Amino acid sequence: MAMFEVRSLCKNFGGLAAISQLNLEVDEGEIRGVIGPNGAGKTTLFNVICGVYKPTKGKIAYQGKEISGLKSSQIAERGVVRTFQRTALFHHFTVLDNVLVARHLQARGGFFRTIFGTNRRIDIEQEKKALEIIDFMGLSDLKDELADNLPHGHQRALGIAVALASEPKLLMLDEPVTGMDPTETQHMTGLIKKIRDERAMTILLVEHDMKVVMGICDKISVLNFGKKLAEGLPKQILENPDVIEAYLGGEDVVALLG
Amino acid sequence: MLKHKVLSIIGVVALIAVMSILPFFVREYYVEILIIFLINVILAVSYRLIATTGDWTLCHVILMGAGAYASALMAKYFGWPFFMTAPLAGATVCLVGLGIVYPLLRTVGFGFFITSLAVGEFIRLSWIKFHIPFGGPRGMIDIPEVGIIGPIDFYEAIPYYFMTLAITLVCLFILYRIDRSRIGKAFKSIYEDDILAESIGINVGRYRTFAFVIGSFFAGIAGALLAHRLGAIDPHIFALDEMVYLLVWVIVGGSATFAGPIIGVAVMTLLFEWTRPLLEWRPLFFGIILIGFLIFMPGGLESLIPKFTRLFGNRKAAQAKAEQPGGAEKSVV
Repeated sequence: MAMFEVRSLCKNFGGLAAISQLNLEVDEGEIRGVIGPNGAGKTTLFNVICGVYKPTKGKIAYQGKEISGLKSSQIAERGVVRTFQRTALFHHFTVLDNVLVARHLQARGGFFRTIFGTNRRIDIEQEKKALEIIDFMGLSDLKDELADNLPHGHQRALGIAVALASEPKLLMLDEPVTGMDPTETQHMTGLIKKIRDERAMTILLVEHDMKVVMGICDKISVLNFGKKLAEGLPKQILENPDVIEAYLGGEDVVALLG
Repeated sequence: MLKHKVLSIIGVVALIAVMSILPFFVREYYVEILIIFLINVILAVSYRLIATTGDWTLCHVILMGAGAYASALMAKYFGWPFFMTAPLAGATVCLVGLGIVYPLLRTVGFGFFITSLAVGEFIRLSWIKFHIPFGGPRGMIDIPEVGIIGPIDFYEAIPYYFMTLAITLVCLFILYRIDRSRIGKAFKSIYEDDILAESIGINVGRYRTFAFVIGSFFAGIAGALLAHRLGAIDPHIFALDEMVYLLVWVIVGGSATFAGPIIGVAVMTLLFEWTRPLLEWRPLFFGIILIGFLIFMPGGLESLIPKFTRLFGNRKAAQAKAEQPGGAEKSVV
């Protein structure tokens, strides 16, 4: 059985069907790309999965258990964590504090013990773990810097570090390379692969940069007007006439990718 | 970093020492002022704890009032001693806070601010309307004093001052530990970005409740201290103008750091005493201060501290800090 499953999911905003009858199955260890033109419902899909919106109809199951209708924090507790299209960070925290806050789920230890500092061992452990994640994302030298002062590329990396710190099993990345130059994009693409390979995660990726999507996704689902248009290996998607028609207005995708 | 820590500890110890000898050098009237000052410190610091989540309320003084009424009622009708009624008053106000925070949680920002005013006034009006047991608009009189314990008579100003000082220090210590802990960080993360906080597993509703209830507890303790010193309380003491003063303290001092509200209470108490001859002009004067701070120094007086340390602090540290981000940029990506 698939690790993550979406069954006949519908989300309506008033009369508008942002997502209708969507099915999705993601296997463990997979990098799944979700693409589609603007307004296809990609970000809505993320918001529904993460509990920001309640689904109008349908079911979302993670490891066989239903998660639709839970709060975002409860879904995160079960191991499904997302990043944001906007640069969502705790802007006035240092890099280290950003990641430490996200260690929250792992650092349980009783109210009184937390307050009176008899939890030193846990604190040290958490800090070690946070530093390890910061190092993994290549931010070690900036750990005491305020998140707000980082350059854009590093802020995006920190956004992912924050998500990683809550130790998800399914990581959902919403346009991770938005606004990056080619070098930064390449670096980030490498990092996403590394996250899957070294941290044993399943990744759901929404992205507009076709090069990135084609380069790292094992499988791609194409959305259009809230419905699934096609699904398959990157190569199959590139050759699918429906996708070419809907997504790229009939132009030759391969030529467009250069 | 370590040097900074040592300096802060020395500062705190010096401050406690000054507070411990101060009452012996001033007239009794000023000892009474110092007692009220300490109570206000508890009030302002507990208010800031709630505000760190981004929830600015307008009912904190009412919650202090609830503590005052609770402690007074228990002392008067059950004859329980202060050291029992004070923590119980705190616990009672916790329950009150828990009760009123549920409707409040549905609102954020300005909505929260205004709704808390309405909920607070509801409580205050119930003190006015219910003559039994609250005594109606005239409030409660003859609240039992703390009395004589062992050789110490707490009716005297100086013993009461030291009791209040001890309780204040304990409260501040606990509030400080909360502020610095993982829980305090979670509060601040909600203020920074509640959607992100929720997405990484921080249950925003639960933590906002938690902050509000903890803040309520300490407001209750402050209320108990106030009630047993004044001997009489009435609904007017906890009216909106007092709440506005609390806002002035926190805004003048600043709410970003733990020390901010304490600085605010200290400075404004001094100003309050100096302007005593200008009684009628005082609200105008304080209004101007509030507006001035909001426009010209939104970070409050505490925002001056880093500027001063930069001026007088060692240049080396400042230089190292300035070089750090530039140097690091090259090595990554």
